[in-house]
Order: sequence, then C-alpha cells, then structure tokens
Amino acid sequence: MSTHPFRRALPAAALTAALGLTLAACGGSSGSPTAQPSTSAAEAAPVRGGNLTFAITVDSKCIDPQQVGNNDAIAIARQTVASLTAQDPDTGEIVPWIAQSWEVNDDATQFTFHLVDGATYADGTPIDAASVKTNFEAVVALGAKAVLGSTYLAGLQDVAAPDPSTVVVTFGAPSAQFLQASSTFSLGLLSPASAALSAEDRCAGRYVGSGPFVVESYTVDQQAVLARRDGYAWGPAGANDHTDEAYLDTVTFVVVPEAGVRTGSLASGQIDATAAISAVDLPQFDGNGFWIEYRANPGVVYNLFPNESRPLLADERVRLALLKGINREEVTSTVLGTLDHPATAALAHSTPFYEDLGDLLAYDPEGAKELLDEAGWVVGEDGIRVKDGQRLETTVTFWQPKEPLELVQQELRAIGFDLELNQLAIAEATAANASGDYDLSFGNLTRSDPDILRTLFSVNARNTNQRAAEEVDSLLDAQAAATDPAERQKLVTQASTLLLEHAHSIPVVELSTTIAASERVHGLTFEASTRLDFYDTWVS
Amino acid sequence: MTGYLLRRAAQGVFVLWAAFTLAFAILYLLPSDPVAIMASSGGEQSAVDPALLADLRAQYGLDRSAPAQYLDALRRAVRLDFGSSYQSGAPATQLILDVLPQTLQLTAAGLLLAVVLGVGLAVASTYPRARWVRHALASLPPLGVSLPVFWVGLMLVQLFSFRWSLLPAMGNDGPAGLVLPAVALAVPTSASIAQLLARSLRSTLTEPYIETARAKGAGRARVHLRHALRNASLPALTVLGVVVGQLLSGAVVTETVFSRAGLGRLTVSAVNTQDIPVVMAVVVFSALVFVVVALVTDLLYPLLDPRISLRQTSASAA
Repeated sequence: MSTHPFRRALPAAALTAALGLTLAACGGSSGSPTAQPSTSAAEAAPVRGGNLTFAITVDSKCIDPQQVGNNDAIAIARQTVASLTAQDPDTGEIVPWIAQSWEVNDDATQFTFHLVDGATYADGTPIDAASVKTNFEAVVALGAKAVLGSTYLAGLQDVAAPDPSTVVVTFGAPSAQFLQASSTFSLGLLSPASAALSAEDRCAGRYVGSGPFVVESYTVDQQAVLARRDGYAWGPAGANDHTDEAYLDTVTFVVVPEAGVRTGSLASGQIDATAAISAVDLPQFDGNGFWIEYRANPGVVYNLFPNESRPLLADERVRLALLKGINREEVTSTVLGTLDHPATAALAHSTPFYEDLGDLLAYDPEGAKELLDEAGWVVGEDGIRVKDGQRLETTVTFWQPKEPLELVQQELRAIGFDLELNQLAIAEATAANASGDYDLSFGNLTRSDPDILRTLFSVNARNTNQRAAEEVDSLLDAQAAATDPAERQKLVTQASTLLLEHAHSIPVVELSTTIAASERVHGLTFEASTRLDFYDTWVS
Repeated sequence: MTGYLLRRAAQGVFVLWAAFTLAFAILYLLPSDPVAIMASSGGEQSAVDPALLADLRAQYGLDRSAPAQYLDALRRAVRLDFGSSYQSGAPATQLILDVLPQTLQLTAAGLLLAVVLGVGLAVASTYPRARWVRHALASLPPLGVSLPVFWVGLMLVQLFSFRWSLLPAMGNDGPAGLVLPAVALAVPTSASIAQLLARSLRSTLTEPYIETARAKGAGRARVHLRHALRNASLPALTVLGVVVGQLLSGAVVTETVFSRAGLGRLTVSAVNTQDIPVVMAVVVFSALVFVVVALVTDLLYPLLDPRISLRQTSASAA
C-alpha cells in the first residue's frame, strides 16, 4: 500500500502543532493572550459535572502512565495516577501528595517517604509502602519500555517498606533528581494487581490507577474516555486549587490528526479544548469566546547538539562561532508563533534552577567571524569560508519543521558558515540520533529538573557530544549529589555556563505548549512539567 | 475448473510471499531503529540508557542477522502470526481485525457510491442528444480524477460540518459519520469508473448489433441501458482491482481527514513508528485483498460474457 497519500495528508502543520514549532509566517504580535476565566473562589465557584472534549493529534497506542513518553498520551495518562509528590508549577517546589513528608540523606542516595493515611487505588486497595515498592520494581522491569521512568530510576539499588506507611528508596550513586522524579506520572502509582499485567494490557488502559480520574474506555485511533474517580480525596494542596474529587464527570480525548480539522472543530464547538492548534490559527482563539494559555516546556530547549567526534566540530572556535552566529530573537519573531521564546540558556526558563545566561547567547556575528578567522577559515569566492581546500560546512540532522533551521542557515551563511539541512522522517532521524551518526542533531527534552543536563550532556550518561570528560562533567555529577538548594543552584549555573562557553550546547528556541479552549472551560492548567492537568478543570 | 483454481491459488500464494519478502527487505534496508523510536518521547531527544535499548532489541530478536529474522518471521507469518506491535504489545493480526470493520464499512459505502455515481455519469455523458451536454458532462470525470481526496475531504468537512453543522466532522459513530468520508472517497473512484465506462459505451454504441437492435425498433433508452451498458461494463470490470487499490489508499487519507479509526490510520502510524510487525501484517493483508479481487474478477467474466472462458483469462494479480 502506498504511503504517498499520507505524506500529503499530514502537512507539516499537523506535526508542528504537536511540537510547538510552528509555521507561522511573520504573524504580527497579538499582544498577551486572553487569560482563561478566573477560577478563584471570589470570581466564580467551580461547578461539578459535565464532560470536556479535548483533541489530541496522535494515538501512541498506549496510555500506561509508566510507559508513555509522547505528550498526547501523557495528557491522558497523567490524570489517572497520583504520585508520591507533586511539583508546584509556580515555584518548582516539590510538595506532598501521597507522601505527606520525606527525608533525603546528605549525598542524595537515600529517600525516605512517609505516606498519607486513607489513600486508595481505584479498586479500593490501600496505597501502602509495599505497593509503592511493587510499582518502582515494575518500572525497572519494564526496562526501555518505561521511556522516562527507566531514566529516573537509573542506579536504583533497593526499595524497602519497613512499615506500611514508610518507603525507603536507595540508589547506588547520588541522585538528587529522584525527588522531582517522584512527582511525575512516569512513577505514578498503579494498584499492585496492575504491576502483574502484561505491558499490552496496561497499554490498553486495563490498569487500576490512583488519580482523580479512571479509564472508562480506550479505543485505539478514536478516543479515550476518563471518568471521575469517586471518593478521591488526596489532591496535592501545594500544586492544585482543591483536594477532593475532580469537578468533571468525564474527559473525552479524541484523536484528530488533521490540524485544519482541529481548528474547525474547536471553532464550531465540536471540541472544547486542544493543545494542538497551529500558530497560524491561534489568533482566532484569542478572545471571540475562546481563550489561549501557554507555558514553556521545562528542560533542555531546542538545541543544536554538536557531535564533537567529528573533526570540524571538535574545534571549539567553530562551535562557538555557530553559537554566536545565530540570531535567536529573529528566529522567534520571524518564523515562530508570538508565544515562543528565544533560548536564554540550555535550560528553558520554566525549569527549576534555571538561570538567565542570555548574555552568553547574544547575537554576535562579528565575534563569530573573529573566531573563524583565528581558526584559519578564510572567506572563499561564494562567501563560504575555506581552509586547506576544505569548505566550512556541516550538516544538521532533524525531522522537525524546517523553517526555523532555514533561517538559522541564512544567519550562519552571513558569517561564512554553510549549514546543510538534512531533514528526515522521524523514524530515520531518531535512528541517526540513537546511533550517533550525525554532525549536529536537533531537538529538545522535557523535564522539570536540571538533572536533565547531566542525563544528556555528561560523558558518564548519554554523552550527546560524544566527547572526552572535562570540567563540566564533574559539575554535572556534583549537582546530582547536592541536597542543599543553594549549593545545587550554584553547581547547575556553573555547569550551564560551561556548556555554553564551550558550546557543547547550542540553544536555539524554547518549546512551548499552548492550550486553546472555549470560554465554557475553566481551570484547565499546566502542571510543573507543562503537561496538561484536568484536576481543577470544570465547565460552565 | 479445479485445475484452474489450483493454479490461481498457487499464483496467489506466490504473490503473498513476494509481497512479504519485498516489504521485509525494504524495512530491513531502511535506516531505522524501531526500539530507538519507542524510547524517544514523541520525537524528543532520548535519554534512555543504551544498554536498556540493547536489551529490548534482543527481546524483539532485532539483534539477529537479517536472514535469521526473515526466516523466523516467514515461519510465523505462514500461521498468520506476525508478532506483536512494538507500540501497544497487541498481536498485529488482532489490531487489523479490530479496525477492519471500520474500513470495510467506509470502502463498501465509498464503492457503492462510486459505482452509482460513475455509472450515472457515464450514461449521462453518452445518452443526451445535444452534443454540448455530452461534452460538458464528459469533462467532469477528468476533473474528478485530478481532485485530491485530501482536499475534497477538507472541503466537505468545512462546509457540511463546521459551517452548516449538518454532519459530524470526526469519529466512527454510526451512519451519519460515514456520509462525508464515503463521499470524499467516492469522488475520484467514481470519476475513473465513469471515464472508462463512457469510453467503452461510446465504442459499444457503434457496434453492428446495436444498429440491429435499433432497426428492430428498440427505443433509445432500451438500447442504451439494456444492450450497450451491459456489454460496455465488461471492460469496466477489469479495473476492479485498480478501484479497490484506489479505495484502500484513499482510505489512508480519508480516515486521517475524518479522524476515523481504520486500516489506513493503522498503516500510517505503523510506518511512522517503524512498527514492523504491524507493517508486515498490513502488507500481507493488502496483497491478499488484491489476490482475491483479481480472482473474483476473472471468475465473473464468463458469467457476463459467454464468449469468454476461464482458459483464456490470465491472472492479473496486482
């Protein structure tokens, strides 16, 4: 069967919307978006009942919280589980949820959680220490299928349950990130019986969760329906507006692959909300009976990741020239939506322990040219620099929409650098990434903890740069052992600074997620990782 | 007859094997890594430990040599076992069976509509006495063939659903949800049927027996519909295989535009995520459809035209 029609059937817009990278052609700024109707008690008391229909772009064929990694699947899965902790979206602080308190030892290798009384799984089983242990061991057993959880539990040595309300998690090496990891859906709690289910059954939604909603039905490529969990009473006060049952009776997630159809369905009231409207269409939902709200995804921003095992990119001066030769402001204002921010560090500004390092990312074409001169690259006939008969050219391998990188390509040409664009299908680009077969790769990674820098860049972890160990690696490892926030902040900032000063990270723009919804929708918010949170949501 | 059927069955098996082998070769040659795709969160950079990825590859048997994987897959495929989807863990055959009713409904409705429209248009563009009317109507099929299903679908949704709120824009719920996608699917298919049938009708109308019928005093309508159409429909039948192919590939687009679950959507996502077991199952299933359609077409010929016997027809398997 030919797949050609599908190429036509999925314009970049459909993919871009899912990614937050957009095709907007010079949209004029629409100013600040309309805030959604306030949900504070003074303004309007939430109404119970009703259904909200929310459109997602793609069905990943799996809604098991411990396995999902795709944003659309996460939107569904997040609502069905409670986690040990929650993260305050405003401050990034870790607050109680199923654990009412916890202690962390000095080098962040041991975490002791004390569970609340009375919380239960949807089948009535109490959420006790033994069931938490079962969950974490099940995540480890899933291996790579737990695409996020497996990295959060890397180095796990032991989970103990000395008594029904105490869980002790021990790592073989410092792992300060685990506290934030305990707030994620990836380590969300499923009933002990669910841990024994096959990965297939769990993907199909046949698991029993602990969150404010339960899976009522899930039909692949069509829809997932979540229903309110009766008797839920352990919402995280530090991260949400209420703590008892969810307001909505049901949330229906419909899979709508076509961007134009999502726009039309929202405008005509066939859906109530979506986080996948293309940037071109967003302005029509800014007012007119609708509201839009956006938030930057925390974690590592869209970066050019240099492969430093390639001779050209092994030269720090060349990498720095790339970093200085990109005009980030121009990229966001010209080819992206008005809501997208230029990168100001390797971390997005919504990440805890982020620090603005924008000065290091200032557009400096003159500085870039100086560096290239110094490295012996002389401007040739066609404006591209040459050295020993070799042209200054390198290739970026990616699958995302190419407009932002086309602009980057133009900007770099101005300093005599020829950036070739190698846009592949997502499958091929991912394979190239996994095998390390690229000059520069392009992408982002969402995580609401700065440890994501260590995970991606450290030579002792993913080593995206394929380079030898240096100073930054010891800093990245040290922040994983820092339990004092001030100390950790210092280490993260130092490491972030070094990543830019040596251009191991070449940040471009921040990824953001934008909700567009009808005025009847209230309290649909982002949690700390910029995932959707339907717990406080109600409809009028 | 028995000998003929046996020979056709053998041909069919060969076609299925060839489709399977070709698809396997292509998937194997593509620079891809299904396990890496699983581990990249929706296209973000992956942070999963490479050792865990290697474990998963071994679990799926992807670490073996190509011939070993091929022989194993072929052995299981003979028993209609294509393995489990990498995405959901469900058996690939089961996934196809789950969505098959949806696609069958859509393609059957589309085919029915296409035949009615196509025959109607063919007759309408050959029957009127006024030459300009015939010409005007005859220019419609080329237009219909060239309209992308994708565009037709979006137009239909815009008008009938978003603007006039007459029909749902999405989903698999009941007959109402079937109307727009079936129409979108029928437009190009009906156009190709009309084109072929009209051409065949025009040449049939010059045959001597038509003159004879007219001389005997048969009415214009009777000659046209009874004598000519029946004989002219034979060549049109030969494109049944092409039409089925058109409908299946059209379903990919239609199901995407109308947010319907079905074989087309399943295929798109399986190809996108390199879900090899599902891709292989879909390829073999599609090949099977073509083999069956070709056989049915050839068996129908003699029933429509006594001058043809099975001995003369050759397999036209896709």
